Amino acid sequence: MSVGFEQILVQTVNGLVNGMILALVASGLTLIFGIMDVVNFAHGDLVMLGGFVGASTMATTGNFWLALLVAAVVVAVFGAALQISTLRPLLGRDPLTTILATFGVSLVLQKYALWQWGPSARNLQEPITGRFDLFYLQYPWYRVATAVLASAMIGALWLFLKRGTYGIWIRATTQDRIMAAAMGIPVPWVHTSVFAIGAAMAAASGVLFGPLGGVTQTMGSDFTLRAFIVVVVGGMGNLGGSILASIFISLLEAYASLFVSPAQAVIVSFVALILTLLFRPTGLFVPTPK
Amino acid sequence: MLSLSDVHAYYGKSHILHGVSLEVGPGEVVGLLGRNGVGKSTTLKSVMGLAQPARGHVTFEGRNITGLAPHHLARLGIAWVPEDRRIFRLLTVLENLRTGLDRAGLDDRRRQKLLDKVYGAFPLLRERRHQAGGTLSGGEQQMLAIARAMMLEPKIILLDEPTEGLMPRMVSQIRDIIGVLHDEGVAILLVEQNVPLTLAVSARIYIMEKGVVRHHAPAADLRTDPAMIHQYLGV
Repeated sequence: MSVGFEQILVQTVNGLVNGMILALVASGLTLIFGIMDVVNFAHGDLVMLGGFVGASTMATTGNFWLALLVAAVVVAVFGAALQISTLRPLLGRDPLTTILATFGVSLVLQKYALWQWGPSARNLQEPITGRFDLFYLQYPWYRVATAVLASAMIGALWLFLKRGTYGIWIRATTQDRIMAAAMGIPVPWVHTSVFAIGAAMAAASGVLFGPLGGVTQTMGSDFTLRAFIVVVVGGMGNLGGSILASIFISLLEAYASLFVSPAQAVIVSFVALILTLLFRPTGLFVPTPK
Repeated sequence: MLSLSDVHAYYGKSHILHGVSLEVGPGEVVGLLGRNGVGKSTTLKSVMGLAQPARGHVTFEGRNITGLAPHHLARLGIAWVPEDRRIFRLLTVLENLRTGLDRAGLDDRRRQKLLDKVYGAFPLLRERRHQAGGTLSGGEQQMLAIARAMMLEPKIILLDEPTEGLMPRMVSQIRDIIGVLHDEGVAILLVEQNVPLTLAVSARIYIMEKGVVRHHAPAADLRTDPAMIHQYLGV
């Protein structure tokens, strides 16, 4: 079987688009891990919840951009409540307790979604319907728009962290929670806010992904797994690393699916995960392992 | 102003403080001496809410602050300069200072004034303000740790072994800044291994042994009669 140059370019575009949506999910996951040492196993379910809230808003208003905003805000508020009720009391305990807690939350959210929205997939109408010629196929502009939007949101997060008082508070708390508190930074609220920001970004990914893959109550596990692979490959808690790893993993999968079916292409992600854990457990994109 | 009475604290399962009582008056510099591992740092941490007292209580300006979260204590005017400095290594020098400077109720003009004051005391920090905290030398990090605490405009600073591992030139700079803070009316609870420095800057001295205060005397008495120092510190 021969693979043409054009096919490789198309898969590169696909990989970049998928990579940016994944990066949006993973950057929230890595931010949360970095600041409170919590691996949020319910993160993908926040993506799912965002997708459904978006779909419901869309069904009532017909406005995709409003749906995106509503989903982000609703899930952010929900995330804040979840952090206060479930994770704040477990801070500083054995990591196993937070793994089990977030895993439990994940199950509850999936069953809630099944009860509330039913078992069938919801498809969101894409807000941009145009297509352009990309070699042998008609490529939807919407896919390009999702990558641009996801990049913009990640860029906004980056600026938020780099500039301004709240960014300093978040970075200081990530580096040394105790010293940050001793400097008067309200650490419990910084944790809650970061969780809410991560939840909002997950919800936004869910809405952006809606027109591409549909929203189902089980989609969360897949997102959690992929985001988790990316966070490990990129270096736990390292934002830049997670973004690079998202693109890296998505490109790998896109190229692999030139040769095997997309379902089998996921295998390369696991291989990358295992190789990273074996040979560079601090992450591929960490310049100097700590 | 700050008083500990019969404070007991544990580190995991080991009993570190066996009923520590001491007092620091407004604007007073008080030294806390003792050998390694007698609980001096833990005493400071128990004030800062980092080592929960199992028994006894801590009061500040007449208010019981036992068990209050550290960020509330910082707002009340208690600053902590830990033994290991705990600089935010990936934050720049200026960002390290801003962790204490960016707080409610402080307008831009006052912020700038505070910064200028600290830069005046430590000109090196102004030069290096855009450099990551982790790239500073040990002595520079100590300067930054003290400067960062000053950003809170504290009423009292808990100063834990500020001269440990520093060159003599840096030690004398630390000594100067303790003098400046004292002149401004900031109280200091100073934990030190450097006995001559502690005796020189403090008004009163507490000597700890095995988790309790064994001796308490005006620094002037210990300067003229070092027998006590010999007995408890072996120097």
